[in-house]
This record gives sequence, structure tokens and C-alpha cells, in this order.
Amino acid sequence: MISLAEIEKVAVLARLLLTPAESQQMTEQLGKILEYMSLLNEVNTENVEPLAHAVELTNVFREDRVTPSLDREMALANAPHRDEECYRVPAVLGEV
Amino acid sequence: MAEQPYTIVIGLEVHVQLLTESKLFCGCSTKFGAPPNTQTCPICIGMPGVLPVMNRRAVELAVKTGLALNCEIARFSKWDRKNYYYPDLPKGFQISQYDLPICRGGYLDVPSPNREGMRRIRIIRVHLEEDAGKSMHDEKAGRADSRIDLNRAGTPLLEIVTQPDIRSPAEAKAFLTELKLLLNYLEVSDCNMQEGSLRVDANINLHIPTEDGQYVATPIVEVKNMNSFRAVERALTYEAQRQYEAFLETGHRLGDVPKQTRGWDEDAQLTRPQRSKEESSDYRYFPEPDLVPVTVTDAELEALRQQLGELPADIRRRLQETYHLNDYDSDVIVNQGRAFVDYFCQLADTCGDGKMAANWAQQDVLRTLNERDWTITQFPISAAELARLLCRVKSGELDTAKARMVFGHMVDHQATVDEAIQSLGIVQVDETELRQLCAELLASNPKVVAEVKSGKDKAIGSLVGQAKKRNPHVNPARVKEICLELIRQETT
Repeated sequence: MISLAEIEKVAVLARLLLTPAESQQMTEQLGKILEYMSLLNEVNTENVEPLAHAVELTNVFREDRVTPSLDREMALANAPHRDEECYRVPAVLGEV
Repeated sequence: MAEQPYTIVIGLEVHVQLLTESKLFCGCSTKFGAPPNTQTCPICIGMPGVLPVMNRRAVELAVKTGLALNCEIARFSKWDRKNYYYPDLPKGFQISQYDLPICRGGYLDVPSPNREGMRRIRIIRVHLEEDAGKSMHDEKAGRADSRIDLNRAGTPLLEIVTQPDIRSPAEAKAFLTELKLLLNYLEVSDCNMQEGSLRVDANINLHIPTEDGQYVATPIVEVKNMNSFRAVERALTYEAQRQYEAFLETGHRLGDVPKQTRGWDEDAQLTRPQRSKEESSDYRYFPEPDLVPVTVTDAELEALRQQLGELPADIRRRLQETYHLNDYDSDVIVNQGRAFVDYFCQLADTCGDGKMAANWAQQDVLRTLNERDWTITQFPISAAELARLLCRVKSGELDTAKARMVFGHMVDHQATVDEAIQSLGIVQVDETELRQLCAELLASNPKVVAEVKSGKDKAIGSLVGQAKKRNPHVNPARVKEICLELIRQETT
């Protein structure tokens, strides 16, 4: 269903550090989940419009009005590292 | 410039911040320049359990842009999550549009840089998405740290992607200039590159002709980090030549190597390789469950179309047809914005001379606006009053030098034409009196008259000098005209 290589790639993208044993375990477990989900493939979906959203609502809007923001102290309160004004993170160089 | 041995192929990806008051999914202000992290809330900093709600104005601005770019507007569009990790992206995903963008297709006609008509640049898509925060690298912290300001996170962005229709760096600049003008007129974005409200990346490669009449394509490079329209032009000029030289050296063609990202280094004036872009599938797009789709009806589209107003290309055409302005003059006026165009049109209509109105609008009015850092709405002389001044010049009552003095006085003292003339002590010489004076001068200077009759019109200059001595208020140009007229009458 899913290969070890795919698991390792997804782990990197999700910033998860897996041990070889964990990768192996994930491959088996995720494979079983995917296998179970593939039951859905048995449903005949011919002539069924793809669904964009589970809720059958459209056009939920707010008006373009400014509302008060968080106090900065409160916004930064949960940050593991911070200074007076900003969140601090290990240096990121280069662009995504 | 020498003929290049290749064709340059450029496509642009432009991001503009929308001129909304509040962010895309929350009520935080989008105002630029606030102290770091003072314009955030649980929604835009990605706290668990919060729900985004779409800003109606942002959707309207996106649709207006699509209409002005001749796009097909999606009657049904939806939102998707683009997943990647970066410290300035608090949720770990960006809400964007993947398979059902709000606008598709379309084009923008751009005045070609060498003024040879128009070039049509096709648009692939225009979609709405949220901006990320800002990372600032902090060197002085001993160990290198990055500081994150999330004020910008969640600001509405429009991504505009062109087909690879652009054929030169100058044309890329011309496209951006025209796009900026259009978005300014639509009041969709101020497109201020210094403040980051317009950002542009370019995809560029070359088609190099081969002996069999075909061509080879070089690998596509994405160029980033261009901080002005001039930088775009320079970066692409550099990159084209670099690709040509790289091709001669390595022979690499499109597909031989993965797509490369290079950053423009303004100081060194060259592009340098950056980390390779993740493949599009690596973003693991999936539908955003927290936002419902948006539908647009015909009636809503029509209502927004009515709000577009006259667009720059149409105004340019109107100025040329109605007032007989050339490309350059109409460009200068249109580039000043809608209020200036209105001012010019009123001036030209009232004084009845488009070319004269264009000269005064561009030279005297624009110069004053620039010197005093005013916009046309702050300019103290109304178009009607300035038209009155221009009429006096046309009728010969004032020469241009005096009219400029009057203009300066009007600006400084918010005076009318009559008030300014009076304050400056400019005495307008009565036409009959002036004719009398000229006749006397001709009578007492038969030599000059003879010279003029023999074809030396220039000789009249000495009479103008004498006239000014006798009456310092006379209009020299008018004296000359009357004298020549009288001599001609005498001859016939």
C-alpha cells in the first residue's frame, strides 16, 4: 500500500524524526489504514459531482472591519523563546 | 543593443497585497509599519480551535482584478491548504487556492518598451491567498537567531501568474508597470515594493536556434529577490546571458537538470543559486475544511464590473482621441492617477486647447506637486481657475513668462488669476493702446520696416526692445505679432 521510502519522505516533510523501527511500524500501520480506506473505491461514483466541502454552504463572509488585536504580551506568552517584540527562532537561512 | 543569438522566454508570478482594512480571515488591521506583533489574534497566529472567516472585500477585489484582466471568473471556487514548515507561517500551512482559483485565463495589453504598439501578455490564473509573517535575521544576538513578526500573517494576497509570453527584460518591466497602474486605478493594491505590497518572481529560459531551423530550450530558472522594477530588468538581463554562457559550456537543455531557484544579489549585480524548490506535490494540498466555497452570480459580476471605472488603457486612448495628445503625454498624465486625469480633462475642456493644457499640467502643475510633495487633490488652483489663466495666455494678454509668475503667485497665495495679476502689479495693456504704440514705433523706424519687408523678420527685435522701454507691461510676443501684421497690411 505504502512504501518505506514514501513514509520516510512524508516524515521529512512533516518534520518528524523516526527511528528505523518506527518507520517500519508506520509503514505497516499506515498501510493497513490505507487498505481499509480503499474500501471506498468499491463505491460507484460515476455521475457523482466531486464534493468541495462536506458542509453544503457557500459564501460565508465577514465585512472588512478592523477589530481589536491581541495585546502583544498575550500573543507572545506561549512562545518558547521571545524578546520584547518578537518570537525568536533558530536562524533560518535561504528561502522556501 | 546587439542582436542576441537567442530568444528570451519569461513568465512572471506577481503577489500583491490587497487594500483591505482587515486581514483575510480575521479582523486584525493590515496597516503597514506597526510595531512588531501588535496586529495579531488567535486566528492569524494559528492557535488551535479557531475558525477563519472570509473577508468579503478581499473576494470582491480579486474578482474586480480578474474582470480588469479579462479573466474568466469562477462561478464556484474553493480553498486549499498548502502545507510547509517555516517559522513565519504559524499554522504550518498557507490557505490558498489550488485547483479552483477565483480567476482563470485573461490577458493584459502592455505598451511595448520600444513603443511599437501593444504586446498582449496572457494571464494563466489569479487566486487569493494569505500572506506569511516576516523573518528578520538578527546577527548581533551572538548566536544567529531569527526574529519573527506576525503582523503580516493573514494579510490578503493576490497571486497573478502570466503565461511565458514575455520576450525581454524590458518587456517584463513594462508589464509590471502597466499591472501596477491598473491595480492602482482599481484601488486593489498600492503595489508599493518598498513596503512589500508587490513582490515578483520570474521564470526564465532561452530558446537557442539550431542549424536545422529548430531550437533548443535551456533549463528554466526561477529568479527571486528582485526588489524594484529596475532590479527585475537587470536581474533578467543578467540571467539570460548567464544561461547562454552556461549552455555553451555545459550543453544542458531543459529537462537535463532539476529546476533551479536563483536569487538576485543587488550589490553584486548577479544571480546566485538558492535552495531548490520543493516539488508542487510536496506541498500536499488538500481542501480547506474550515472555509466553505465561494459562488459568484451573474448579477454580482455585473455589479462589480460597473465599479471598475475607466481603466488606464481606455483613458490613454481617450486622451489621444479627444485632446490629440501623443503617446508620451497621455502616458505621463494617466500615470498620475484618476484625480489628475480628471483635473487635466477639466482644464483642457475649459481652456479649449488640449496640447496647451497638457504642457501646463505636465510642466507647471506636476513640477509644483513634486516640489511640494502634494497630490492633485491638495493643489490650491482649481482646473477652472487655471483654465482662466491659460485663456489669457492664448489671447495674448499675458506672455508665458508673466503667466508663470501669475501661476506661482496663485499657488503661494491661493489667489485667483485677477488677484494675482493685481498683486504682482502686472498692468494689462489695452489692445488699442498697444496697436497705437506699435504704429508709432513703425513710423519712427523706417529702416527696420524696410529690413522686415526684405524678409528679415528678425529685425523686429529692436522694436520690441523699444516698446518695452516705453511701456514695461507690454507682451513682447504680442508687440512682434502686431508690428508684423501692420507691416504686412502696409505692403498689400
